[in-house]
Amino acid sequence: MSQPKKNKPGQVETTGHVWDGDLREYNNPLPRWWLWAFYATIVFAVVYWILYPAWPYGDSYTKGINTVEYTVEGENGEEKTVTEHWNTRALFTKSMQSSPSALAQQEWIDKVEGMSFEEIEQDPDTLQFAMSVGHGTFGDFCAACHGAGGQGKIGLFPNLADNAWLHGNSYDTIVSKIEGGINGMMPAQNVPEDTIDDLAKYVLSLSGNAEISGEAASRGKQAFASCAGCHGQDAQGNDGIGAPNLADAIWDVADVPGCGDDLGCKVDEITHVVNNGIQRQMPAFGDRLTETQIRMLAIYVRQLGGN
Amino acid sequence: MAHHDDQSYAADPVYAAREPIHPKGVQGRFRRFKNLVLLVAYSVFFLLPWLRWERASGPDQAVMFDIPSRRYYLFDLVIHPQDMFLLAGFLILAAWLLFFVTGLVGRAFCGYFCFQTLWTDTFMKVEALVQGNRNKRMRLEKQPWNAEKIAKKGVTVAIWTAIAFWTGFTFTAYWANAPQLLVDFFTLDAAKAAYITTGILTATTLLAAGFAREQVCIYMCPYARFQSVMFDKQTLLVSYDAARGEGSSGRGALKKGLMTLDERHAEGVGDCIDCQLCVQVCPTGIDIRDGLQLECISCGLCIDACDQIMTKRGWPTGLIRYASEEELETGEKPSLLTFRTIGYGVATLAATSLLLYGILARAPADLSVQQVRQPLFTVLSSGDIQNNYNVKINNKLQRPLDFRLSLEGLPTARVSVVGDFDGLSVPADGSRRFLVHVRAPGDTQVDRREIEFVLTEQNGRIEPLEHDASFVFR
Repeated sequence: MSQPKKNKPGQVETTGHVWDGDLREYNNPLPRWWLWAFYATIVFAVVYWILYPAWPYGDSYTKGINTVEYTVEGENGEEKTVTEHWNTRALFTKSMQSSPSALAQQEWIDKVEGMSFEEIEQDPDTLQFAMSVGHGTFGDFCAACHGAGGQGKIGLFPNLADNAWLHGNSYDTIVSKIEGGINGMMPAQNVPEDTIDDLAKYVLSLSGNAEISGEAASRGKQAFASCAGCHGQDAQGNDGIGAPNLADAIWDVADVPGCGDDLGCKVDEITHVVNNGIQRQMPAFGDRLTETQIRMLAIYVRQLGGN
Repeated sequence: MAHHDDQSYAADPVYAAREPIHPKGVQGRFRRFKNLVLLVAYSVFFLLPWLRWERASGPDQAVMFDIPSRRYYLFDLVIHPQDMFLLAGFLILAAWLLFFVTGLVGRAFCGYFCFQTLWTDTFMKVEALVQGNRNKRMRLEKQPWNAEKIAKKGVTVAIWTAIAFWTGFTFTAYWANAPQLLVDFFTLDAAKAAYITTGILTATTLLAAGFAREQVCIYMCPYARFQSVMFDKQTLLVSYDAARGEGSSGRGALKKGLMTLDERHAEGVGDCIDCQLCVQVCPTGIDIRDGLQLECISCGLCIDACDQIMTKRGWPTGLIRYASEEELETGEKPSLLTFRTIGYGVATLAATSLLLYGILARAPADLSVQQVRQPLFTVLSSGDIQNNYNVKINNKLQRPLDFRLSLEGLPTARVSVVGDFDGLSVPADGSRRFLVHVRAPGDTQVDRREIEFVLTEQNGRIEPLEHDASFVFR
């Protein structure tokens, strides 16, 4: 090998490649520290392979010697420490238990635990925290049926964003319904063919959706007597059994507002509900959510529509 | 297409070892200026985190960049995340100022103000203190690793490490309560980020100022590379006056017959006596007499060195001086009032005024209103329509504010804030969110109405805040 020629300043050898006839590349040597930096990256890679999961082999992979520790609740409720090889899922579990933000959140949760619903409503910051957590919980557990904003689905899932509450809107009621679930049921009514039209129009007239008078009105009212057992004589509903108010502007099952001014359509909607009844179930969440989670969820849900 | 031309490909080594540079110490006006800048810069950097400051709320540290609570405290100025455009303004100002100064006096930043230059300078002072002057240092470099060399190099690196550590720690102290951090740091109670930041900065300071030095300027810093587009023939550079120094038959050492200027000029020999002092004092190890080079950081030390020699000989100084290329060619100093310098100057002034205006005209509080979009509207049992809004109020003042929320554009609407409290109070230097219900009778004429939320401070501390929104009927 020839020793590199000592060049005068400004005269550096080229690599010998020529592009486009006259473009040449200087063959300047790299600074030595640059080479060291290159070796350092190789050392870094080797250290990384030792510490972290890296190389696949067969249907497994090298686990690395780094570990993550976190606690889990055992079958008998005691805390167990689990040690796993380094992985992001375990890191996530760990940080959900012990990261500064998890601890900060726990402080707020403890605060909510020690306060009554009334006290929470009086404290803007705690209320904001409870509604924020409640919003997240709602998104995870409730939104699939009730919709992201609690708007529900007419005929299927009740709207939680309005101010009508099938079962009442006291915090205790909301909490107990979330914990225990709801079995919503209206039996199918056996109303004779010749009166069902009058009954439907009578029901619609209670909320100003139809006009009915004379004999038709008295036939309708008479037929309504079997409904009044649950919905009440004045059709104001009964939140003890979840019977809705039929005299207000809110429709949860029969899509009356969707009919516009089409009376026939409205009558069909009512007739359908009367003939077929309603079967709606909400599962119980008492075993899936903690008591505090349910309380914060109740605060969020109750404020969606107000009173 | 690439092809090999006739030139044979010589196998060069893949790397070039760094030649250690041991600059000679020098006295003079540029050295004094550099010392002054070093003193001022170090005083500010190292002392500022310890300065206390009275505030109604927030830390009592004059300058603190508080990441967890998202506040930058600069004396009486508190920068919130939404004021971050000020940072952009500051960076734009810094860029214009750099262009302006570079247009006037070349790489003044590199030579006098850059932290790489400052710390390298400090580390070289330590080196000179422990290992002696340039000749002693070079001898030590060649010496085998005996006890003397190990001791001297060891002490040097130990002092460097101490300075580097204190540099790293000081930087970290800007991001936390400095006195508390100092205690926590050594009782191992400080945040992990504090150790990582201090550790990385200690290592990089030691490496960059102790060992890499001019390599940082030559290979890592982009400024040396793009200086070429910021220079023109009128830019002041540290230049060797080749016409004077080389004469008609080149430079020449002092020897019999070439001792005085008259003798030299008669022989056609230039004023440069080739004493090499300008090369020996150069921190990047170049010969300024080769002309403008990207390695030159414009520190002016070669000017000091040359002036010293010229003064000693009783010859006029300024053989190496700040001169533009035009001046060297024509002998006339070009006017500094060129279109470019004036333009950069005006831009710098404009950026400064805009930044000051931005700081002074910051809103004391801001209101944001976002309509809840799922559902956009809800029919209530009475047939009224309800829309919900998320209202966020951010108070940037150092005292609490109490607001009352009202609505304009929909007289029939009723506004209610979720929660059992009077008014909307926002703590000093804090923010709060509220959920607001707006209820209004249905409207058969329009689908939506434009409304405006008005937030009135109950004690009149600030002007009412307004925010547009719309109310959706169907």
